Amino acid sequence: MKFWGKVMTIAWKDTISELRTKEITSSVLVFTLLVIVIFNFAFGTNREVLPAVAPGILWTTFVFAGMLSLNRSFIPEKEQGCLEGLVTCPVSREVIYTGKALSSLLFMLIVEAIALPIFSLLFNVPVLSLQIIVITVITTIGFVAVGTLFSALAINTKAREMVLPILFLPIVIPIIIGAVKATELTLTGESWSGLTSWFQIIIAFDMIFLVVSFLTFDFVIVE
Amino acid sequence: MKRNALIVLSFILMVVALYLIFIYAPTEKEMGIVQRIFYLMVPLGWLTMLAFIVTAIGSILYLLKKAQKWDTLALSSAEVGIVFTTLAMATGAIWAKPVWGVWWDWGTPRLTSTFILWFIYLAYFLVRNLATEEYRGAAFAAVVAIVGLADIPIIILSISLWQGLHPPALIFQEGGLDPKMGLALMMSIIAFTILYAALLLLRVSMRHNESELRKLKESTV
Repeated sequence: MKFWGKVMTIAWKDTISELRTKEITSSVLVFTLLVIVIFNFAFGTNREVLPAVAPGILWTTFVFAGMLSLNRSFIPEKEQGCLEGLVTCPVSREVIYTGKALSSLLFMLIVEAIALPIFSLLFNVPVLSLQIIVITVITTIGFVAVGTLFSALAINTKAREMVLPILFLPIVIPIIIGAVKATELTLTGESWSGLTSWFQIIIAFDMIFLVVSFLTFDFVIVE
Repeated sequence: MKRNALIVLSFILMVVALYLIFIYAPTEKEMGIVQRIFYLMVPLGWLTMLAFIVTAIGSILYLLKKAQKWDTLALSSAEVGIVFTTLAMATGAIWAKPVWGVWWDWGTPRLTSTFILWFIYLAYFLVRNLATEEYRGAAFAAVVAIVGLADIPIIILSISLWQGLHPPALIFQEGGLDPKMGLALMMSIIAFTILYAALLLLRVSMRHNESELRKLKESTV
């Protein structure tokens, strides 16, 4: 099998397991909705303040949801003793990284695809535009690129769930800034060209961290 | 011996720098006497970056060569670096209070990115301490350092853009500095850099002694 064939096998394995348990998507989706409800009370959102705080609410929600689902990328493997099997597979570590990243990306995009219309409905903010969908996809790629690496790292530490946020959050700050700013500009009616510099930052981040994670993944999953 | 020479040299240069800062360099017109903390803040900010770069280079070499000495270098540099980072933020806050009227200004790219770098330093120590085995912790920390190094330029760029500023040059961005002020700043930077080198060597030799001691202990049991 070629590289991508193997990658697809790992991603497909995760997808089947998720289809049967619905562990990640269902719990992360409920969590996402709850965060949106909490923010509604936290900011006492009325029509005047909403456009100013909506991008922040959206992205804080997605960052927390992303962390939750990325944490579940490797922890069940470890808990159920599947990690040894995965590592002893006759595939390179890069294949495992890419496969895992692909399945995490899929789960996060599903959650976001459901959460965006609900967000739009509940807050009466037009976030269902092509621009915001593109921003969401490229930012999620960045989250997954870094998150898959740190998620694999976190399972070999003593405080598994606690380690991921502490590593993940400082590193993804640039794309959170980019996503919030680009969303804010879109909501104020900015055209594509006005978003260029933010897109550049997010895409540069994605590419740099896909490469860095790809190269360093081997060192975090040593058995 | 080399280390002691560096410590003595940095002490002498520190005294010279202090003379240049407080007596030789003129008082700044608008900000007054408080501007002199600038000669302390800039070297600390520079060392924040330098120490992290040394940590990341040590980490890359450790992952490639698997030689303990590179991990020792990386860890020692991070230990010295986080102290300088904390001091850089503290002096930044002391500078901000009289000049801008607030202790902390999120709008200053360098202050904000130093804060984020501080968190990356913390993550570096955290994974090392929380790893299930020591050798694993070293590899994990090295990965964090490499990811952090790749992140720094993007952090600075995004925070500058966030503020609607043009990405600033990392150091020496202040143009039109009085030559006397420039000399005081240069001297201070050199003195602090030598202090960093001395502290780094001190930490490295301490770690070396620690591991020697551990070996002796194990051999006697």
